[in-house]
Amino acid sequence: MLRYVIRRLISLGLSLLLASALIFSVVELVPGDPASFMLGTGAQPETLAALRQQMGLDLPLPLRYLHWLGGVATGDLGHSFTYKTPVAGMILDRMQVSLPLALLALVLAAAVALPIGMFAAARRGRAGDTAVMATVQIGIALPNFWFAMLLVLLFAVNLRWLPAGGFPGWDHPAAALKSLLLPAAALALPQAAILARVLRSALVDTLGQDYIRTARAKGLSAGQALRRHALRNALIPVLTILGMQFSFLLAGAIIIENVFYLPGLGRLIFQAITQRDLIVVQGAVLVLVAAVILVTFLVDLSYALADPRLRA
Amino acid sequence: MRAALILGALLSGLALIGALVSFLWTPADVTQLAIAQKLLPPSGQHWLGTDHFGRDMLSMIMVGARISIAVALVAVGIGMGFGVPLGLLAAARGGWLDEVVMRGNDLVFAFPSLVIAILITAALGPSALNAIIAIGIFNIPVFARVTRGGALPIWTLDYIRAAQVAGKGATRISIQHILPNIANLLIVQGTIQFSLGILAEAGLSYVGLGAQPPTPSWGRMLAEAQTMVALAPHVAIIPGLAIVVTVLGLNLLGDGLRDALDPRLRRSP
Repeated sequence: MLRYVIRRLISLGLSLLLASALIFSVVELVPGDPASFMLGTGAQPETLAALRQQMGLDLPLPLRYLHWLGGVATGDLGHSFTYKTPVAGMILDRMQVSLPLALLALVLAAAVALPIGMFAAARRGRAGDTAVMATVQIGIALPNFWFAMLLVLLFAVNLRWLPAGGFPGWDHPAAALKSLLLPAAALALPQAAILARVLRSALVDTLGQDYIRTARAKGLSAGQALRRHALRNALIPVLTILGMQFSFLLAGAIIIENVFYLPGLGRLIFQAITQRDLIVVQGAVLVLVAAVILVTFLVDLSYALADPRLRA
Repeated sequence: MRAALILGALLSGLALIGALVSFLWTPADVTQLAIAQKLLPPSGQHWLGTDHFGRDMLSMIMVGARISIAVALVAVGIGMGFGVPLGLLAAARGGWLDEVVMRGNDLVFAFPSLVIAILITAALGPSALNAIIAIGIFNIPVFARVTRGGALPIWTLDYIRAAQVAGKGATRISIQHILPNIANLLIVQGTIQFSLGILAEAGLSYVGLGAQPPTPSWGRMLAEAQTMVALAPHVAIIPGLAIVVTVLGLNLLGDGLRDALDPRLRRSP
């Protein structure tokens, strides 16, 4: 097991390194450098050269990458060109919205998918199963931002139960949670549909196993066998999918935050793009991608913990 | 599941026909603004109503289908064009090459397509072309993985041994024997990626990273409708329905094709 963990850790380090190099070089490809952008077109050549030197832009590319990487390792992502504040601080601020949003969506998706998947599997091949799975197909086809608009139309415009957008800050926990509810629901639904489908097919597979027949033979009802034996065994593929969905959830949050005007990481990225504040884009994208790589690593690891055959 | 196949083909065919017909004829001219007729609900004259510029929604949806289909189709082409050879190569050679291809894939998977698009747009500016590149890049590892996974078991079969003994090289075997045997897999995956491509394009256009004005696109129609959702719900509902119907159709088509093309699932006559 230890050897497996070490091997996975090395590959984790390599992935993070490669991802950072990729992100760095894409942003470096952008025509026009930040110094001339900050000073505008009317800048004196001497001032420009001085600022370039001060920002380290006169160094060769590999050196600048190492310099940037050294900063990243110590939690220094540089300073925003527009706001002159540390990028790391801006990202941390925004994470206070994005992270709870993604987690809430994950919980909602699981809470919706679990009973639906179990219901369909228990009635596999019958009308209830067909009806539920047809609904799930529609759920998978829904663009989350459109679903978000429909939710706003119903719950904010017509019923006036929940706010249509904005975020009051965590000083008002109840109001903050309320304003995250619609965005989280919009994010969660398509993921819940995918999860329900995976859970159903995993359950249908395990329900055909001998130990389920044994459980039935010793007197458990179909429902008891499903809950006590099949569900636990079907959860492994579901956990894997859930880990993979985290990356979709983060990406989806970027769009959903824009629908609801939530001050999260996604809004930060779009504001930074329009202001051509590339160092912020660089930092935010790095954090997003690193999060995805880390979650994939953790899922791999937990998978190996659950199934010894995978440790080879 | 014959029904899924037919229903899927019908639903996804709607967008395709709409897009094709729009080159020859649309109910109204989408470049013509008529502010006096803005935000009209669906009626006999405008079947799907009008938008905030008074443009006919049905015509907008038809023309918008072009960009959705074009972006998704080219992105699938990019994914297949690079991913299939990579997957074939990884399966044929194995060893370190396989390792490099698969780890490279893992790396691309770590970048959600939207994040790739954001990076590309940050560097090159927003456009439909950059949306295609972003979705296409994301498709490459998907096809590489499916191709490799499908090819590996075939390489262990006897007739491949026979071909090797007969003196065929790995490239010829890959093209003549492996590829035809995994064509089913690729067609099904292609349908799925096509539907994901339509969703991704809509998302990118919605946040302004896809097709730029004045080209009508479903995602941007939704973005423009957002502030008018309370005033005229139809401008927000109709483009979304177009996306759902097309994506649902493609997903059903993919499921139906998988069942129809997989000989193991085919019931004996």
